[in-house]
Amino acid sequence: MRLLIIRLLLLVFLIPPELSSYGSKADKGSVVDTASYISPFFDDNERCFRCHGQEKYEYANESLGRQVNALMCSDRIMDRNEFYGSNHRSFSCTDCHSTEYVNFPHPGELRMELKYNCLDCHGGDETFSSFSFEEIEADYRQSTHFKLEEEGFTCWKCHDPHSYKINIRDSKNLKETILYDNTICLNCHSDFSRFQLLTAREEINILEKHEWLPNQASHFSSVRCIECHTRINDSILVSHLILPKEEAVRRCNECHSKNSLLMASLYKFQSREQRSDGFLNGIMLNESYVIGANRNVYLNSISIALFAVVSLIMIVHIVFRLIRK
Amino acid sequence: MYLYPVWVRLWHVVNAILVIILIITGISMQYTDKENYALIVNFASAVKWHNIAASILTISFIFFVIMNMRTENGKYYRLNKKNFFSDLGKQFRYYSFGIFRHEKPPFPVSLERKFNPLQKFSYVLAMYVAMPLLIISGLGLMFPEVTINKVFGVSGLILTDILHITMGFFISVFLLIHIYTCTLGSRPSSLFRGIITGYHESDEQ
Repeated sequence: MRLLIIRLLLLVFLIPPELSSYGSKADKGSVVDTASYISPFFDDNERCFRCHGQEKYEYANESLGRQVNALMCSDRIMDRNEFYGSNHRSFSCTDCHSTEYVNFPHPGELRMELKYNCLDCHGGDETFSSFSFEEIEADYRQSTHFKLEEEGFTCWKCHDPHSYKINIRDSKNLKETILYDNTICLNCHSDFSRFQLLTAREEINILEKHEWLPNQASHFSSVRCIECHTRINDSILVSHLILPKEEAVRRCNECHSKNSLLMASLYKFQSREQRSDGFLNGIMLNESYVIGANRNVYLNSISIALFAVVSLIMIVHIVFRLIRK
Repeated sequence: MYLYPVWVRLWHVVNAILVIILIITGISMQYTDKENYALIVNFASAVKWHNIAASILTISFIFFVIMNMRTENGKYYRLNKKNFFSDLGKQFRYYSFGIFRHEKPPFPVSLERKFNPLQKFSYVLAMYVAMPLLIISGLGLMFPEVTINKVFGVSGLILTDILHITMGFFISVFLLIHIYTCTLGSRPSSLFRGIITGYHESDEQ
């Protein structure tokens, strides 16, 4: 019950109204968005999705001599829409999984199948050099997540290869990107059933832990968790060095200042564009407004000049009063 | 001459303290940086104290408006349309030249006229124009979820904040001028003493 309440609160805080249908059951399901992409392996993949594409599947049980309906284990369900919208959408399921999976019932030993890691495909490949996978790997190896590898932490825990899509690089809607990225963190950090698979720590109440943060809901919908919980690396777009909680950013001035760290993290990719309407870090203003980071230089100059003029008039007045005393 | 009743003096001192806190914390938020500077309060404390002071100031402002409606004090804030500009001119001329020639003030303080025309005009602007705009825009910043997202394509929060800091700036300038003009009594300290004791010492200012 407590977990349910926490999840409901997180949903209320994290999901802006216009995005409240994002990822809902209604937009999941069997309808494939063929308008945007048609996989050359659609028919091949459909052999897998027929059972793994939804909760219910049916198979012919030869012993019983009839069709049997069964429920698919939740972590074996792959959403077609998410897959065909993901970065790996052009893949056939058997590019990564054993071709023996085409047989049903699947051979039992396939459960022990070794899974590829990101670097297995992306490492040392010039095609992906702009993504700096090796740098990401080096960052990850210093992060707190890497310490959990013994317990089974892998790149997949955050970047499910069946659904992951690059967001920030070509984001048209930053709020949606923030929600997408934060959902990756919350998948484990607000879901104790997944969280406890990797650690013996007690359940975390994200809202309570961030109670110190003023305007919590605004922060949660305007910045990503990684803004405060990673160390910025200038050579990669998204830092992967997740810091221990004690080292997370807690000083407001890190973002609310002229040299806001958001320009080196959340707005790193967009910061190449510049707005010339007199605001510091103006690119943020397309999506948000950050007190202290978005000062208007014209207003600042005018106010300082006015203050100086008023002060000067008063000084002259005082001098004349003293002379004419 | 007993000019400042207890409630005015109490309201004034509370208002003064709150406005000073709000100016310091407001400037701290606006000019916050990674390095610490003198008089710049750290951002988290600035936000906390700005919100607390602003909430009390809002209550204090409502109290001021209600009391002005229910007591005689309200009459001092009614602008006189007749000779409005010429009266402002006379007072301005006095502050600019007459005061140095030891001329008599054109609008001496009396029970019927607590403020000279320039004072009255600036107080009305500060208390009945700038303060309500400050409070409304401040509420919009304190509860950003109620602020309109976009106004003609510009973020509602930016417009609200620009209005807020502009009004805050005017109040800061007002405070500076207000403190200075309060040294223009018969003696530099007499008007300050008046707002503490309630008694106006002289018709000079």
